[in-house]
Amino acid sequence: MMRRSSRWLGWTTAVLLAVTVVMGLWITPPDQVQGNLVRLLYIHPAIAWVALYVSFGTAVVAAGLYLWPRTRSLEMDRVSYCAMEISVVFIALTLVTGSIWGRPTWGVWWAWDARLTSTAILGVFEVAYLALRRANDDVEVRARRSAVFTLLTAINVPIIHFSVIWWKTLHQGASVLTATGSLNVHGTMLTTMLLSFVGFTTLFFWFLFRRVALESRRDARRTGELDSALEMRRREGVG
Amino acid sequence: MIRTAWLVARKDLRIEFRSRVLLWQVTPFALLSLVLAGLALGPDKAGSSSSAPGLFYLVVLFVALSVVQRSRSLESAPGTRASVATLGLDPAGVFLGKSLALTLELWGLGLILLIGSVLFLHIALIGAVKALPSVAVTLGVMSTAGTIYGALTTGGEGPVTLLPLLTLPAFAPLLVAGERSLSAALYGGALWEWWVIVVVALVAYVAVGVAVYGVLEES
Repeated sequence: MMRRSSRWLGWTTAVLLAVTVVMGLWITPPDQVQGNLVRLLYIHPAIAWVALYVSFGTAVVAAGLYLWPRTRSLEMDRVSYCAMEISVVFIALTLVTGSIWGRPTWGVWWAWDARLTSTAILGVFEVAYLALRRANDDVEVRARRSAVFTLLTAINVPIIHFSVIWWKTLHQGASVLTATGSLNVHGTMLTTMLLSFVGFTTLFFWFLFRRVALESRRDARRTGELDSALEMRRREGVG
Repeated sequence: MIRTAWLVARKDLRIEFRSRVLLWQVTPFALLSLVLAGLALGPDKAGSSSSAPGLFYLVVLFVALSVVQRSRSLESAPGTRASVATLGLDPAGVFLGKSLALTLELWGLGLILLIGSVLFLHIALIGAVKALPSVAVTLGVMSTAGTIYGALTTGGEGPVTLLPLLTLPAFAPLLVAGERSLSAALYGGALWEWWVIVVVALVAYVAVGVAVYGVLEES
């Protein structure tokens, strides 16, 4: 059942992203100001959305559920870890696509802008999280510390989100949906952007399903190896 | 909880007082870092006080890291944490006590570094006095955050290298807020928004520490 759902999700993602590519590259018109550079904006905001809110959000919620005594299970730890791992990839993609767009627009690959810097700091936090997991062998200790660390890093998301309002540096504010609720993007451009958001979100869940399944198998193998090693030692002792 | 905090803080401070590690190792390191930071910029730029707040907080950050490292090493001897656990102390009290001891130690070092900045980086004495409250609160946040991150790295592999990796991103907003508030105290400008960030961070770290320190110490 799980395998079938995963396959269905994979195909849906592939179709959604393929349609996004076709619409983004051939159907939508060039922007009046940015020209063809606007096509990068069909993927950059969607990738950032997955990195900061969907993926990192899933990691934070799962970490919270792990720490909550009633919902504590290693499955929650696994979901949190895998979501964080995917978030690292998406944060890197966010910075790379932003940088490619920034070079012709702002004239630099990197600017000490509030949103860029705070996003990069979140990326460093996530790499630190992966290092923290590798530093502890005990499964329970690792899960507990990782969950606490994840919750501590969650404060970064509102900082990143509101950084464009609080500091007013180079990165533009909300472009698609403004604070007053009015839309700034219309027609095929809006459709392509929405498709991109849905496509990358389903891509995240497809990755998550696959990654959690892999991690569960890896944990089961480790437990199996430990059990067989213990059994072997026991036999040696008896013999 | 308060009684436990007071006991733990007194214990940590007494160990520091007797061992003199802060005095003979960390303080010279702090001053040397300040001089080296000035040298790295060159005599002209180090003398211009516009870079002084940033240099001051960069040195504070590295000193804070070594003090946090030192605070964790007090419990690194085999069996120490296990025997402390059997005492049945309130973990929230232990967290507050360790944070308090760290804060007092960092306040002392921060004061020395501010005097060093007046001497080596030519910041105005009156500006340094005006900056004291904001420096004190920022160092308080670094202590509480450092106590939590220190507990996260205890017992694992490579705690000495892991601690900076976990702590530095958390200290980054404090570095910015501290540098801006020190600049505002020295050269004028809006102080309140940086104060808000630092105070919110202090409340958040104290609340998180009180809530989760027990979970971390179970490890």
